[in-house]
Amino acid sequence: MQSNIYFILSIRFIVLVLLQVLILNNINFLGYINPYIYLLFTLTFPFNGNKSMLIVLSFLIGLTIDLFGDSGGIHAAACVVIAYLRPVILKFSFGVSYEYNSIKINKVDFGQRLIYISVMVFLHHIVLFSMEIFNINHIMLLLKSTLFSGIFSIILILSSISIFSKKSK
Amino acid sequence: MQQILFFLIRNKNFLLTLFLFLISFALTIQSHSFHKNKFINSANFFSGGIYSIKNNITDYFNLKEENNLLLEENARLRMQLDSFRELSSNNNTDSTFTHSKFQFETAKVINNSYSKSKNILTINKGSKMHLAIDMGVISSNGLVGIVKNTSSNYATVQSILNINSQINAKLKNSNHFGTLIWNTKNPNIVQLIDIPRLAPIHAGDTIITGGKSTIFPEGILVGTIHDYLLNEDKNSYTLNIKLFNDMTSLKHVYIIENKDNEEIKILEKESDDAE
Repeated sequence: MQSNIYFILSIRFIVLVLLQVLILNNINFLGYINPYIYLLFTLTFPFNGNKSMLIVLSFLIGLTIDLFGDSGGIHAAACVVIAYLRPVILKFSFGVSYEYNSIKINKVDFGQRLIYISVMVFLHHIVLFSMEIFNINHIMLLLKSTLFSGIFSIILILSSISIFSKKSK
Repeated sequence: MQQILFFLIRNKNFLLTLFLFLISFALTIQSHSFHKNKFINSANFFSGGIYSIKNNITDYFNLKEENNLLLEENARLRMQLDSFRELSSNNNTDSTFTHSKFQFETAKVINNSYSKSKNILTINKGSKMHLAIDMGVISSNGLVGIVKNTSSNYATVQSILNINSQINAKLKNSNHFGTLIWNTKNPNIVQLIDIPRLAPIHAGDTIITGGKSTIFPEGILVGTIHDYLLNEDKNSYTLNIKLFNDMTSLKHVYIIENKDNEEIKILEKESDDAE
């Protein structure tokens, strides 16, 4: 059972990285809007799993994306931040008892899921773009990129969760 | 002692996060300065390998356009060759073959970005083919960027669409020169700053590289003037330049090696030291 989880996690890791760097990084919708679907890894990591492992693995997936995108450590930093804050956001969106009820992301109702994903995605994007742009003069560019890329990412993540959750039912 | 241990155990997630965040922050800072990101870049064998596999597949989609570009360039070069031949048939006094000091190497772009504020290309030639940091990169249509990092088989190129990029360029018909930068707004438009007010400027004029550096030879095409405005200090112009290159669809590029580069560098260093 335990090794099964690790197997699924590593497959998910590799598939999400390849999907991100080979396809989604090249979308450049309207010139600068790219969805970041590799967040699914941090979002769908088992809710009762080891928190330190989540932080380390999120750092690794971010660093891998950085490796392909020549972007220093911006994705790694953003991933570490949301991985650390995930328990707080889970509590905020699903209520205090999320840990004991063994909630699955495809079983909760749509509103809670949307809140959870939106908060995580926007938090990630704000850290990501402020690290990338790193200049207070371009703050409008930062907010614009965060908003539009964020909306794009949320739609993509929501739809991919609902596509792949059918099988588990 | 026990309390310190308890503190560490209780806050282990926070400390881990802080540690990893500092690492990534350091890597980010490092990547902001040219020449320094030695560890995390797409010129290593792992990501370079995956990008070249992807490129083998996607190559076929653009063959037609690429062929057309190469044909156009062939025609242009053939015309130049003919004019040179005419010149040389007139005076056959000197038969020694003079080498150009610039040597060209072809390469293929295997990864290209143009939507970020610091855009970088990856190409499929590396230090095995004598590529080195600070060599110029052009395409058949004009300026592309400067080699930033090399591994044995791949290299990354800092594109002109990068806020760190500063390249010397000048007006073709008056030789007034300025610095080429990019304001991240549009991947087809770059800015030429510090053009003196005296310079005669008309929209549509051609901009070429200046030849003041050892990286690019003089006269590589850059683009045409799209529009211009006088700076607040009324002393210099900022020009918007429309690039000849379509930076969003680069495929084949040329790397320029200046064979006198080292000689010039050594000379300049010696005269610096002498002062």
